[in-house]
Amino acid sequence: MMEKWEDNRAWYLVLPVFVVVAFSAIIPLMTVVNYSIQDIFGPGNAVFVGTEWYEEMLTDKRLHDALWRQFIFSGLVLLIEIPLGILIALAMPKKGWGVSASLVTLAIPLLIPWNVIGTIWIIFTRPDIGLFGVWINSLDLLQVPFDHTARPLYAWITLMAMEVWHWTPLVALLCYAGLRAIPEAYYQAARIDGASAWAVFRYIQLPKMRGVLTIAVLLRWMDSFLIYAEPFALTGGGPGNTTTFLSIYLVKLATGQFDLGPAAAFSLIYFLIVLLFCFIFYQALLNVGRGEKIS
Amino acid sequence: MRVRKRTLALAAYFFLLVLPIYWMLNMSLRSNADILSTFSLYPVDITFNNYIKIFTDSGWYMGYVNAIIYVTINTVISLACALPAAYAFSRYRFLGDGQMFFWLLTNRMAPPAVFLLPYFQLYSTFNLIDTHIAVALAHCLFNVPLAVWILEGFMSGVPKEIDETAFIDGYSFPRFFITIFIPLIRAGVGVTAFFCFMFSWVELLFARTLTVTQAKPIVATMTRTISATGLDWGLLAANGILTIVPGALVIWFVRNHLAKGFALGRV
Repeated sequence: MMEKWEDNRAWYLVLPVFVVVAFSAIIPLMTVVNYSIQDIFGPGNAVFVGTEWYEEMLTDKRLHDALWRQFIFSGLVLLIEIPLGILIALAMPKKGWGVSASLVTLAIPLLIPWNVIGTIWIIFTRPDIGLFGVWINSLDLLQVPFDHTARPLYAWITLMAMEVWHWTPLVALLCYAGLRAIPEAYYQAARIDGASAWAVFRYIQLPKMRGVLTIAVLLRWMDSFLIYAEPFALTGGGPGNTTTFLSIYLVKLATGQFDLGPAAAFSLIYFLIVLLFCFIFYQALLNVGRGEKIS
Repeated sequence: MRVRKRTLALAAYFFLLVLPIYWMLNMSLRSNADILSTFSLYPVDITFNNYIKIFTDSGWYMGYVNAIIYVTINTVISLACALPAAYAFSRYRFLGDGQMFFWLLTNRMAPPAVFLLPYFQLYSTFNLIDTHIAVALAHCLFNVPLAVWILEGFMSGVPKEIDETAFIDGYSFPRFFITIFIPLIRAGVGVTAFFCFMFSWVELLFARTLTVTQAKPIVATMTRTISATGLDWGLLAANGILTIVPGALVIWFVRNHLAKGFALGRV
């Protein structure tokens, strides 16, 4: 990291970004605060209710359920995607035409619109027309025929398969970038010492990937926490409410039932949770940066 | 031998990665009656009717045009704002720089669902509902911070001596920035444009909420058909395939910088 010039006039350069993002973030957030402390019956007809909506939302059982579901989902995402992503990155070719081919193939799922991802998986897993649905049912192993709209367990399996299919490439790409940054001399030294493949991974590759892995873990945690379009397209939150995550519940509340007050209070609680994770994320990133400077 | 096994495992993974997309392609080349009556691993009676329908019905193809318009506007706005700001973050220390950076980060991480309600109100007030600019501005919420981070990463790789030499040679800041500095990081600009394109292209929630008919993008048009009864699977699949094409095209141009871009952009 190079020494920076100290000059407060740099603010002039940041100003356009500040204005654009403030327009998109601060003004709307103020409106949400406004909604969250009033009961709105119509234009110009609102009553101040204080913290009533917050109390209602904090004791709302459906919100608690959605929050737990969210934690389980995000936890599973990390447990599956991080090890799988590392394995893929390790197996990828290091030179030749295979590099470009692998990178482009990996990136394709990341560029598909999120609700199209849901559509792809509906078409792929439906018991009547989907390749997977028809195949698994033809094996006749399951007591109840596979149908992701019928049983919560099948809905979750389909959802996890979709999520892993969609986002593991991101983890793999990040790890690959980390692996490419390791100088060849490290590997040569390991060869001279007769180090096993496991030792190379444990003492060279894994420590060198710490930075990108931190980014990958936190990104996957945060983004899976905000997930909306894919489960919305695939299951619509069902069967019942078994795949209703925080964003889906919030949108249902806000646009389905027009409960503006509770929805706004929910929004702010949700935002504060995210802000807390965000702060941890930022600190972790700063620490990683510092660690790399020392070594 | 170990290397062979590894390559085989990777090939198997790529096979699984492509399989669902192949299945959608298969569906898109068959008529709906054919899909529902017979199960087949590949299209027997290849028909392009689904694609022909999309390209001849303005209700469908305008969805793509609309999406491309707002994605382009968004990419231009994001880059134009982020370039000077990223320069400031990479070169200067100033009052509140750390806090500003953190605040930008929170916007990248903010749940879009939280902003849904106020956005509708805000853009109604400015009479912007159902315009391309509304969606483009809404997507700035996450794309501008993203562009700042990626560009900052690329700019920090350029030695500061270049700036100093240029200023001693009598270049003004705007002239130095446009004629010397931006060409130096053009790979970074390309990667940033790619990511802005990508995130604006894949987003659904804002795009659906802020548009009615005039600016409705294809992703929102598709959700309408999903909820309708008597679904035409072939048509839906053909639409899905066509949404993948623009992404697959742009990805080719940045393939060599892709991994670095992902790592720098912390996306």
